[in-house]
Amino acid sequence: MKTLTSALLAGAVALSLAGQAPAQTVRIGLINTYSGPMASNGDQIEKAVNLFMKSGQCKLPAGVKLEIIKRDDTGINPETAKRLAQELIVRDRVQMLAGVVWTPNALAIAPLATEAKVPFVIFNAGTAMITTLSPYIARTSFTLWQSSYPLGAWAAKRFKTAYVAVSDFGPGHDAQEAFTRAFTEGGGKVIGTVRMPPPTSDFAPFLQRVKDAKPEALFVFVPAGKSATAFMKGFGDLGLGQAGIKLIGPGDIVTDEELPNMGDVPIGVITMFHYSAAGDRPANKAFVAAYQKEYGPNAWPNFISVGAWDGMQAICDVVAAQNGKIDPDKTMLLLRGWKNPNSPRGPIEIDPRTRDIIQNEYIRETRKVGGILKNVELETIPMVKDPWKEYNVK
Amino acid sequence: MDAFLASLVSIGFHGLAYGMILYVISVGLSVTMGLMGFVNLAHGVFAMAGGYLMYSLMTRLGLPWLPALALACLLVAAGSMALERLLYARLYAAGELPQVLFTIGLIFVAVAVARIAYGPLPLAAPLPDFLSGQVELGSRSFPTYRVGVIVAAGIIIAALWFGLERTRWGAMVRAAVDNRAMAQSVGIDTGRLFTTTFALGSGLAALGGALGADLIAMTPTYPFEQLVYFLIVVAIGGLGTLRGPFLGALLIGIGDTACKYWVPQFGAFFIYAATMALLLWRPQGLLGRAQ
Repeated sequence: MKTLTSALLAGAVALSLAGQAPAQTVRIGLINTYSGPMASNGDQIEKAVNLFMKSGQCKLPAGVKLEIIKRDDTGINPETAKRLAQELIVRDRVQMLAGVVWTPNALAIAPLATEAKVPFVIFNAGTAMITTLSPYIARTSFTLWQSSYPLGAWAAKRFKTAYVAVSDFGPGHDAQEAFTRAFTEGGGKVIGTVRMPPPTSDFAPFLQRVKDAKPEALFVFVPAGKSATAFMKGFGDLGLGQAGIKLIGPGDIVTDEELPNMGDVPIGVITMFHYSAAGDRPANKAFVAAYQKEYGPNAWPNFISVGAWDGMQAICDVVAAQNGKIDPDKTMLLLRGWKNPNSPRGPIEIDPRTRDIIQNEYIRETRKVGGILKNVELETIPMVKDPWKEYNVK
Repeated sequence: MDAFLASLVSIGFHGLAYGMILYVISVGLSVTMGLMGFVNLAHGVFAMAGGYLMYSLMTRLGLPWLPALALACLLVAAGSMALERLLYARLYAAGELPQVLFTIGLIFVAVAVARIAYGPLPLAAPLPDFLSGQVELGSRSFPTYRVGVIVAAGIIIAALWFGLERTRWGAMVRAAVDNRAMAQSVGIDTGRLFTTTFALGSGLAALGGALGADLIAMTPTYPFEQLVYFLIVVAIGGLGTLRGPFLGALLIGIGDTACKYWVPQFGAFFIYAATMALLLWRPQGLLGRAQ
């Protein structure tokens, strides 16, 4: 009888051990946009994360594993994002949070990261102030100031007047403020500004206003993906290019994966950005080749894919450095100053002071190369820090 | 002053294009509500079906633009006839609540089907060459697509008005709207009349949806997102009339465009404020008859 009991007991223990994951499985909660009209941006993150995990780039010590738990925030939807983050932290006991395409969603999650001490690596959302909201946030993507501020200075040397049209939410406000500041500092004049509601599909009334105002340049931010394509369509339909208005903006408006759907309208558009799929760095060529091998010759990675790709690398590196035992404060210490000299977008580094990314910005022109549109990099501005923080965070 | 006049032309033009499409889509709703007293909230489903069918016909079967447009419209009209006979007809005698619940349910089903079949992203059938670029009118250039939309919608509206005002079928419809019992007693088969009118309204919605797919983006949530605009057009215009919704649609089209042009920070505020003011002033709609 006794032997039977102990045998049963041993069996139960064995079962319970088998049911449990190995002690060094690190759970990462990935909050991303999988459905809704803006899902194409979430798809870029999803593809980059899966490709990264398959690529063997994630070198972890023996016995340490990453488990990625994915949740769908359905779009610009802060309430849902907050609820999902809460569930991931409380119920799924994730040790790190990652992802987030949209600024409002990141803003909603920030206080939870602080409260629960869960490091939160942002793969996309690009409003400058996000990283100031929690000491547990680090960002591997970009800020709108990083591109729009230098672009304003660049444009001031070439155009006297500009019109500013942006999507009416955080990143749009940042783009507007950054460009306007640098452009007017450089002696240019902004003759009009319009903020357009983010889910706009018909841009004609706004663009007609711009056309009637006759600026030399039009600075635009709309979210990448289908919005950018709809915008470009309106720009072509109303003939703003023929009217002599030069289109400029951050790279969101000529996002690489949508270029094939934009017709010939974007040819000649000048953008400032940190990533182009056409970049000729060897690391980028390898990245694009791996992406197209996995997802087909017509699939193009964009800046969102690269933000997620580098973000996963950062997560892997800090998990490996701690041997799978995640301590929130130590994780943040490791993320501060984390470097990758060989990202597809060039050298990158997390600013130890602001936990935001430092990276090259490139002036690009959209051109037809070998029958397809590409964002050709013309000039490099090396290792740009977020200008907003230089002004506002002491 | 010149700049101001130019802005008026811009607003009038874009507002007209938007208003005309809105009218072609929602006129069927006004007629079915006036004729059958049926609250068909799922009207936008037919507009969406038109847009998506046209997309499929062009991209999968390789049909040119115009035949695809016509075929999409006919298919939706035929499909709606079947729906009317099988489902809607059972609820004519029911109260408004069952009708509203039923049609809202229909929207949910349609949204789910559209998402499975076409995915969550906006789609639009490629436009033919003769509708892209700009046309010069006087000293200004206008986007050809919108000019085409205004012309096509104008032709459709003229044909519709002629049909209802000048043909025997139109007289029967007007008689049934005015007094259904009397119309029946002089020998008009109102059941059949309902079916054909319903099919016509749905076909027009499909035509509007397909024609306007570049103005009002085709997404699976289209029937929900646009429903409020269709209802406003009908509410402002009044039930069972053709001219009322036309005024309503133009008012929304031009008002919305003017708002985006001059005061974009107010968003859709103007439309809702104007609707409330109008309905307080004339609860039966601009051209509706007092009960």
